[in-house]
Amino acid sequence: MRRFIDSHAAWGLLLAAGLAFPWATGNDYHLTVMSTAYIFAIATLGLNLITGYTGQLNLAHAGFMAVGAYTVGILTVDHGWTFWGALALSGAVCVALGWFIGIVSLRLKGHYFSIFTLCVGYIMFLVIEKWESLTHGTVGIMGIPAPEPIGALAFESPLALYYLMLAFLVLAVWVMRRIVKSLLGRTFIAIRNGDELAEALGINLMRNKVLAFQLSVCYAGLAGGLYAGFVRFIGPGVAGVEHTFDMMIFMLVGGLGTVLGPLLGALAMPWLTQSLQFLQEYRFIVFGPILVALVIFLPHGVVGSFLAWQARRDAKEGKPHAQD
Amino acid sequence: MLKIDRLTKKFGGLAAVNGVSTTIEEGKINAIIGPNGAGKTTFFNLIAATHRPTSGTITFGGRDVTALRPDQVARLGIARTFQSTTLFDHATVLDNLIVGHRLRTRAGLWDVLRGSSLLREEERVCREKAREALDFVGLSHIAHRLAGDVTQEERKRVAFALALATDPRLMLLDEPAGGVNPEETEGLAALIRKIVRHGITVALIEHKMNMIMRLADKILVLSYGEKIAEGTPEQIRRDPAVIDAYLGSEHAEV
Repeated sequence: MRRFIDSHAAWGLLLAAGLAFPWATGNDYHLTVMSTAYIFAIATLGLNLITGYTGQLNLAHAGFMAVGAYTVGILTVDHGWTFWGALALSGAVCVALGWFIGIVSLRLKGHYFSIFTLCVGYIMFLVIEKWESLTHGTVGIMGIPAPEPIGALAFESPLALYYLMLAFLVLAVWVMRRIVKSLLGRTFIAIRNGDELAEALGINLMRNKVLAFQLSVCYAGLAGGLYAGFVRFIGPGVAGVEHTFDMMIFMLVGGLGTVLGPLLGALAMPWLTQSLQFLQEYRFIVFGPILVALVIFLPHGVVGSFLAWQARRDAKEGKPHAQD
Repeated sequence: MLKIDRLTKKFGGLAAVNGVSTTIEEGKINAIIGPNGAGKTTFFNLIAATHRPTSGTITFGGRDVTALRPDQVARLGIARTFQSTTLFDHATVLDNLIVGHRLRTRAGLWDVLRGSSLLREEERVCREKAREALDFVGLSHIAHRLAGDVTQEERKRVAFALALATDPRLMLLDEPAGGVNPEETEGLAALIRKIVRHGITVALIEHKMNMIMRLADKILVLSYGEKIAEGTPEQIRRDPAVIDAYLGSEHAEV
């Protein structure tokens, strides 16, 4: 049972829990909370690729999510596209936009990159809010159609939508694990460890950073597109930087630079927030100290700290550990 | 092998390297010495293309490499180690080394998404290279130890292994024995000789004079960014300019 946490069995168990969830609750409200968590989990996985694996904290992530959401909103409502066609384009638009923003912003390093992207995110928000003829401004876009049926599968009920979001999350996790475990993932990790050394090892910094950035915002764009089809109403608030900070918290709680960590963070934190709802505004008095304690005592997050402990134990026994 | 012609690097008004011409000779151990702030590391940064020179040219194997990027220079076969090596401390030593051969592979995003046979083959080659390099530097017994848990001397060897995994023709070693005790220094010197025996040219910066005098085939002395002497250890020991500028007269009889 060693290395259980990263085995097929563990991932299978997690999937089974996701599949069984609707029977456990049977309550539409819970399904909606969980589906929203899945959407944000997809975006968080993307943010984790550029931040956790490549070492560049992109604070415009929610902006890209909004670009994806508005791509679906505008194309379906104003131009009569189908949801599926618009969703495909939401990822593509973010990849293209990510290239332009990437080649400019990734010239900066460390905090400078983060501050620059913070500004980029705010500009995205302003453009969405002010460009009324395209985005409907502060009114937002209403009446976004639900995803069209695929064959006999209709996506009208919360239950069907729940499974649709779960399917996308499974796909997102599968692709992400492929990327980070490959030579490409190792290339990103080398850049995170130290870009001077990475460069000396023959890694083209700019090309790889831009690629990681594009993949990352592609996840954000698709998550945004799904969000538009799920909530069926979007406003400029989607681009708000507080969404990026939420995703950062998900990553930190779970563990930066792991796939499971940000995923569990993104799934667990909304429930924690929900359960503290009765405290209203005061919930941050409880929430803040929990976060501070976590960052002090588990600096690599719950999953990250567990993996580090396991790796150390394996190393003591002279056995290859999970990554090997 | 590496020809350097009137190389100059100015940071603002300061000339960190000033009109240095030299050659790094193939199959030899070429040492670069000089007092702190003499411009040794800058000199390496210029060769490895981390900095673009203000003027002068660098020719590697007959090819002008002055205007290339660091990753291009690495691909041509110039590897380097740093005074401190940024490893991923939570991964094993072997895991850290696998990326070392990445520059000789071609698999891109599409191969990753498809899980192509090219990618699998290249991952196998990279892993094999990592093991070979680890064997070469004598660390196969700590392959599965966490990089954060190894000693300073082992970390130096890991840095060597990482550079070796790139299949270099020339290795630039920046203080390979810095912060390491005398016996371990001896071991690292033996390793450097072994690298050269295997056909890789070495250029190194080092402060440990005993080590340099016994190890180097050729020494270049920099002071305030300028070349003040060049020659065999025997010649350098007797050079009055070197004794004045760097060693101090009390070392004259060593």
